[in-house]
Amino acid sequence: MKQETLSPVKYRETEDKTLLSVRDLRVWFELKRWGFLHAGFVRAVDGISFDLQKGQAITIVGESGSGKTTLLRTILGLAVPTGGEIIFGGRKLDFTKDSDVTWLRWQVGFVQQDPYGALAPFMTVYRILREPLIINKVKRGEHMPRIREALEEVRLTPVEDFLNKYPHMLSGGQQQRLVVARALILRPMLIVADEPVSMLDASVRVEILELMRKIQRDYDLSVIYITHDLSSVRYFSERVFVMYAAKLVEMTEVNEVISNPLHPYTQALLHSIPDPEPENLTQIRDVPAGEPPSLVHPPPGCRFHPRCPHIMTGLCDTEEPPAFEPCPGHLVECWLYKDGGLPEKR
Amino acid sequence: MKQRANTATEMRRTPPATDGPLLRVEDLFLYFHATAGIVRAVEDVTFELQRGRSMAIVGESGCGKTSLARAILRLLPRNVHTYKGRVLLNGLDLMKLSEERFRRQIRWREISMVAQAAMNSLNPVVRVGHQVAEPLLLDHNMTKRQAFDRAAEVFRIVGIASDFLQRYPFELSGGMRQRAIIAMALITNPSLIILDEPTSALDVLTQASIMNTLKGLKKDLSLNFMLITHDIATSSELADEVLCMYAGQVVEHSKAQRFYPSPLHPYAQKLMASVPTLRVEKKPEFITGQPPSLLNPPTGCRFAARCEKRFERCEEEPPLFRVGEESVKCWLYEKG
Repeated sequence: MKQETLSPVKYRETEDKTLLSVRDLRVWFELKRWGFLHAGFVRAVDGISFDLQKGQAITIVGESGSGKTTLLRTILGLAVPTGGEIIFGGRKLDFTKDSDVTWLRWQVGFVQQDPYGALAPFMTVYRILREPLIINKVKRGEHMPRIREALEEVRLTPVEDFLNKYPHMLSGGQQQRLVVARALILRPMLIVADEPVSMLDASVRVEILELMRKIQRDYDLSVIYITHDLSSVRYFSERVFVMYAAKLVEMTEVNEVISNPLHPYTQALLHSIPDPEPENLTQIRDVPAGEPPSLVHPPPGCRFHPRCPHIMTGLCDTEEPPAFEPCPGHLVECWLYKDGGLPEKR
Repeated sequence: MKQRANTATEMRRTPPATDGPLLRVEDLFLYFHATAGIVRAVEDVTFELQRGRSMAIVGESGCGKTSLARAILRLLPRNVHTYKGRVLLNGLDLMKLSEERFRRQIRWREISMVAQAAMNSLNPVVRVGHQVAEPLLLDHNMTKRQAFDRAAEVFRIVGIASDFLQRYPFELSGGMRQRAIIAMALITNPSLIILDEPTSALDVLTQASIMNTLKGLKKDLSLNFMLITHDIATSSELADEVLCMYAGQVVEHSKAQRFYPSPLHPYAQKLMASVPTLRVEKKPEFITGQPPSLLNPPTGCRFAARCEKRFERCEEEPPLFRVGEESVKCWLYEKG
């Protein structure tokens, strides 16, 4: 078995503050099976390690099919890891034990991508928010105060006006705020949000992001935020992880990723995002050719090498790059940085 | 009876000699019946699109962008209440044509459309090539061979290898399916292509690469696009001019050079301020309140309730004022 690729040294000195630590996590899905034979695995998450501190917000950026949703589902206890471990709040999780999974789901709140799809159309706001309280056996007397508090927290006020409404009576932004309220109502330690604003209009997006940021700061929550939209990352999190083909290829601070992206994939990603300027009309963007690799047969070596403009034949296509740290706190899985420092500007 | 088009090259029409605009929409209204009342989806829309230019229609969801496109293409659902106004393409009033004539001569021949999420509506049991060539087989009386040759040609234009013609939709990735849909819209060589959210379901890299393709098409084939999107950053990639809609009405029609850096209408200003930018450090703002219901829109300016610059005059409905080359529906610009 391959060694752990990222050394867990980063947060060791503040160990007590680590809320979640993921070690060499693998989630493989089996393809069709014939007796002892099977057609292979979809390696949706393949050797990911990171730490998340209490009160810290991280963003995972990646294309669809890069495994970011599977990673998130695993953290939520909805998918079972095939390898590696997840340590949450100092407790090593055993996914075969129901009690562990139930406990985990209590601690983690989920904000879905499509608020309309995530809210039962036949339930009123009151019933939607009461559901998790009933499931987790919260005392009946506590229901109403908790629901009121959660709705006030997401500014769906006055509360009485909303309690008896159905989801279709709310606007997209209000629906998403209700989803946030539902994620908050059990007082979780961690909120995971799967593209929480991608279905909303630009004018509402910022409002939801600011709201989530405020709640995160007020309650000292940890947040994992998944997106493919790098332009909103800066307003939301401290750290950014870039995911490509089931691996984290770059982990760094928000401002670093925008001003000093190191991995060629991150550079391409940043390059392809337009800012609203009329000059875009005449500018043809540099986009790496090809498509993300199949996760059933990922290419050997670095997974980005077939599309990479800086490929070093003989190295990139044979050996998987470990994580290098060319600048402090900035980890990148790319052979370009094998000498430790930054290569001269290309 | 129209003439048979025999070869793919014969189909390439030279643009008509008229100097007028390619598309002119005058006082277009489109209302729908709904259980709760009448939905005023498009109200009093007037604009012109000059030959060789592309336009982006931006606005929040539910502001009538897609309804406007459907009204131009006469793809209307059954619950239409009012559909009136004039849509002139090369001087020909499309709304006066019979349905059959419109279908034969205009829809897909002159105006084609890339509908929202169209890449997921390819028929899964028919080969892609056949689906792309279908308009030619049906409407242009072409032989199968000619139609497939033309399909291979448009596939090459949009950047797919022509052996993909023989594949089924599930064998294509999302980006390739979207390209196939664009090929389908291109195949009859129309004068205007309406793109309704052509890249919103795609990844950033694929989106950029499709935008590159569209830019290339615009330059090489001098196509006219009408791009409908709520993603303002993407719209700037293709737009020569911008039509900003709010609650069923056009509130601003400006050149791209004007709209993106400094829009005129207070709504457009707020909308631009809400767009997060990657390279420029600014704090995005959000627009408080919600757009009005189209069932019962307020009298006067529809943005007034959310506008910071409102004054007494806003009780009345503003007309479209001309400000230089731009037009804007706001009392602030009454004096030009």
